[in-house]
Amino acid sequence: MSGLLQKIGLLIRRRNFDDDLAEEMSFHHEQVEKQLRGDGTAPEAAHYAAMRQLGNATLLKERSQEIVAFRFETVAQDFRYALRQLRSNIGFSGIAIAVLALGIGASTAIFSAVNPILFESLPYPHAGRIMSIIEAHPNGARGEGTFAMYHEFAGRSRLFAALAVLKGWQPATIGGDQPEQLQGQRVSADYFRVLGVEPKMGRDFQQSEDRFHGPNVVILSDNLWRRRFGGDHAIIGRQIRLEEPRGFAGDDLYTVVGVMPSDFENVLDSEAELWAPLQYNVQGIADPGSREWGHHLRTVGRLRPGVTAQQATQELTAIGRELIQAQRPETYDSNPQSTEFTATSLQSEITRGVRPALLAVIGAVMLVLLIACVNVTNLLLARGAQRRGEFAMRAALGAQPARMLRQLLTESLLLGMIGGALGLLVAEFGVRALLALSPPGLPRVGAIRIDTPVFLFAATATMLVSLIVGIMPAIRASRGDPNQSLQQNARTAAGGHQMTRRSLVVSEVALALVLLVSAGLLLHSLQRLFAVDVGFDGSNVLTMQLQGAGASFNDDAFTDQFFQKVLDSVRRLPGVTAAGFTRQLPLSGDLDQYGAHFAATPTQPADTYPIFRYAVTPGYIETMRIPLLRGRLLTEHDDQKAPFVAVISESLAKARFHDADPIGQQLEIGLTGPYTIVGVVGNVKQASLSLSESDAVYIPNTQWKWAENVMSLVVRARGNAADLTPAIRNAVWDIDKDVPIVRVATMDHLLAASEAQRRFALIIFEVFALVGLVLAGTGLYGVLSGSVTERTREIGVRSALGATRGDILALILRQGVTLTMIGVAIGLLGAAAASRALISLLFGVSRLDPVTYIGVIVVLGIVSILACSIPAWRAARVDPAITLRAE
Amino acid sequence: MAKKPELLPGTLDLMILKTLTRAPLHGYGIALAIKQLSDDVLTVEEGSLYPALQRLLLQGWVKAEWKMTETNRRARYYTLTVAGRKQLGIELTQFEQMIAAIGRVLQNA
Repeated sequence: MSGLLQKIGLLIRRRNFDDDLAEEMSFHHEQVEKQLRGDGTAPEAAHYAAMRQLGNATLLKERSQEIVAFRFETVAQDFRYALRQLRSNIGFSGIAIAVLALGIGASTAIFSAVNPILFESLPYPHAGRIMSIIEAHPNGARGEGTFAMYHEFAGRSRLFAALAVLKGWQPATIGGDQPEQLQGQRVSADYFRVLGVEPKMGRDFQQSEDRFHGPNVVILSDNLWRRRFGGDHAIIGRQIRLEEPRGFAGDDLYTVVGVMPSDFENVLDSEAELWAPLQYNVQGIADPGSREWGHHLRTVGRLRPGVTAQQATQELTAIGRELIQAQRPETYDSNPQSTEFTATSLQSEITRGVRPALLAVIGAVMLVLLIACVNVTNLLLARGAQRRGEFAMRAALGAQPARMLRQLLTESLLLGMIGGALGLLVAEFGVRALLALSPPGLPRVGAIRIDTPVFLFAATATMLVSLIVGIMPAIRASRGDPNQSLQQNARTAAGGHQMTRRSLVVSEVALALVLLVSAGLLLHSLQRLFAVDVGFDGSNVLTMQLQGAGASFNDDAFTDQFFQKVLDSVRRLPGVTAAGFTRQLPLSGDLDQYGAHFAATPTQPADTYPIFRYAVTPGYIETMRIPLLRGRLLTEHDDQKAPFVAVISESLAKARFHDADPIGQQLEIGLTGPYTIVGVVGNVKQASLSLSESDAVYIPNTQWKWAENVMSLVVRARGNAADLTPAIRNAVWDIDKDVPIVRVATMDHLLAASEAQRRFALIIFEVFALVGLVLAGTGLYGVLSGSVTERTREIGVRSALGATRGDILALILRQGVTLTMIGVAIGLLGAAAASRALISLLFGVSRLDPVTYIGVIVVLGIVSILACSIPAWRAARVDPAITLRAE
Repeated sequence: MAKKPELLPGTLDLMILKTLTRAPLHGYGIALAIKQLSDDVLTVEEGSLYPALQRLLLQGWVKAEWKMTETNRRARYYTLTVAGRKQLGIELTQFEQMIAAIGRVLQNA
């Protein structure tokens, strides 16, 4: 204890201490000298003998100082010295710091995006117990759940503490300047209990509210409550007006019963701002064709403690199969054994779609970080070679290897820390860019930010990277034999370093090749995808969704008339060449799937095909320019009173009728019909460019069980389609000012957006591959110019002996090309292995696509020749007379 | 340079403390005393002596003050403290025990 106090005292009076020590030692020195002289040694000889006997005065002082000093003092000393070093060669440190900032920044940005999605648990208590329940159908398809099945599970499951079903809900608030479309969810009563979250104000839904024709109650998000209701604490119990899409009975006044906490994150639909009870009809379960048996609900559940997903799957599957056996619903396969009900964690379910792209991106950023590390290691090695004389001098003056190692590691740590700090800035911009680029449907976007875990990641990455890049150069520098280095010329001594530096450059080239190949394969895939025939002509087509809201839309005749009036009015607008409505718009995320049932014929048994059902107005197919292959299209005469008619897609015609003529044949759609087939049109990509399902049936919107009140308008323009937006919007609101218009987009835009995930991965790979290429190029350049500097004498001798400039140029170029080729060879193996991870993102391109590989090798070759040419040119200009004389 | 026998590890502190029992000495004096008392067998390197002195100062076993030598030079004299005297006793006992133990091993093995 007293020791510590004295240490602190000495720290304050450090100058005194140093002075005392110096005086004391010089006294000692004098005494030794005096004694030697007393023995008869000559004064000058005695002086040097005393000095020799004492040894390295500075080292001796340092040893004494270390006894009384605190560790941080020597650390601080190291840092001061390191800072001086970095400042003394600003070019070198600038490049190293920039490369490190780039590497650390890029990986930090990617980590911040990926962490909440893939690694962090969902923001709910015991989130691991929250399961998503998926139906796996015999054809391998994964389906949404039904209310009937949920009801059975909720009644019989012993392993779940709570179960819930939910679906999207888009009510509109009416009044004000423009009607606002809200995004919400219809949920069964236990939804928030499954998530384990409670409203911060008011109360949760009660079981009694979730029944057919139950009370209109609503829970608001904190955000909506603040935005629309000014954060009014008296909101609970108040009634608000919400207009909703048809299909829900009751008036439009809803009683607010609760407000969710501000930090509540609704991962099942991050846009949802209000919730109302589902209110399906339990009696409907008895009817096998009812809405209660429709596959359009998501099912989630909270497991009891200690229950595994596998146990839950077994229980649910057993319950589900019994119900199918007992009820024989039409919406399930007739063999109960063929359907399975799988419980998987909600986390893995919501990230399922983006996982391949994110994992690929993590791989890419690791490669970039590796290349950055290799690059900086190389820079440090080169710098170490230049500083060989300095190290030798320090060793000769008594610096211990361990102490020099520490000093050098401090230097790389300082580089790393400055790089890491700048890297956080890079990451900040990177995160913004990522958010701007992020594909729609990326889960938990709101949780992507630079927070504590991200900061810790950056700090850890910085420490690790500093150590990795610093350790080898530091060991090399501190192990040198001072005697040898001091005697030799610094230029010629560095031969051993070249080998290491060359292998590092080879690995840089190899890593860059892996990145380039991945980027190339993705680019190729995207080109292939956009070259896919979508089946319609999307250029100059504007689309927007109109949502008929309000009580008047409960009247089918009114709804049909409204859309007809809009169509007439839009068609009269200048610049519009064609227009039509469809319930389901290709590549927009709309999915309106039904079963198309064909009765048995003498030649074929009865069969049901899953199809996309397009309820359209006449003119839709023409506007989209979907080619008519047989028969006729739908016309104005195919109305409610006329016989039901349908146009089918080529693929459906092939699947059912093979080469026979389908015109005049009949089918039923979702228990409605029969419809007589009057035409066959070309196939259209509905769900995505990469999926080939295209069986489709087009029916007139007036020939359906009900009048659809949410329809997408498609308008073909003479010029730029987007310019028509205001005119069309006004035309709609002139007819009904309370109709919300959403999802306004050109068809080209929807097309591009449908491949947003691949595009996202591609952009990231392109950027990273470019960075990798530049780093590999500069690495190659650095090694070659170092080599030219070291070989100046050799080159001089060669040209003195008659080598031409061309010979010298070839000599250096050959060296560079050899390194590149070795790197390419190793990189090819790496790329072939790494491309395996990309398979799910590729389309129409083999992961070993030779065109991509050859193209990448050519690009790398050009860059490497560029990187070599400057050092080679310098070498060729070496004047033998000057170099030889310099030696 | 001919190699001199090295000090047994841990014995330097002991010897410094011991030399200080007779009178306060400066650093050179301590080195000289050890050299003479050991009949020139043991040489204390300055590189070990001064760090050792700092260590003893920190432990509070010696204290230092600047005084004048007989030749009127300023020098730093080290004096044994009460705690130092006690420590010397402890270390002496330990050292004798160890030497005795080593002796037994060397004789009987």
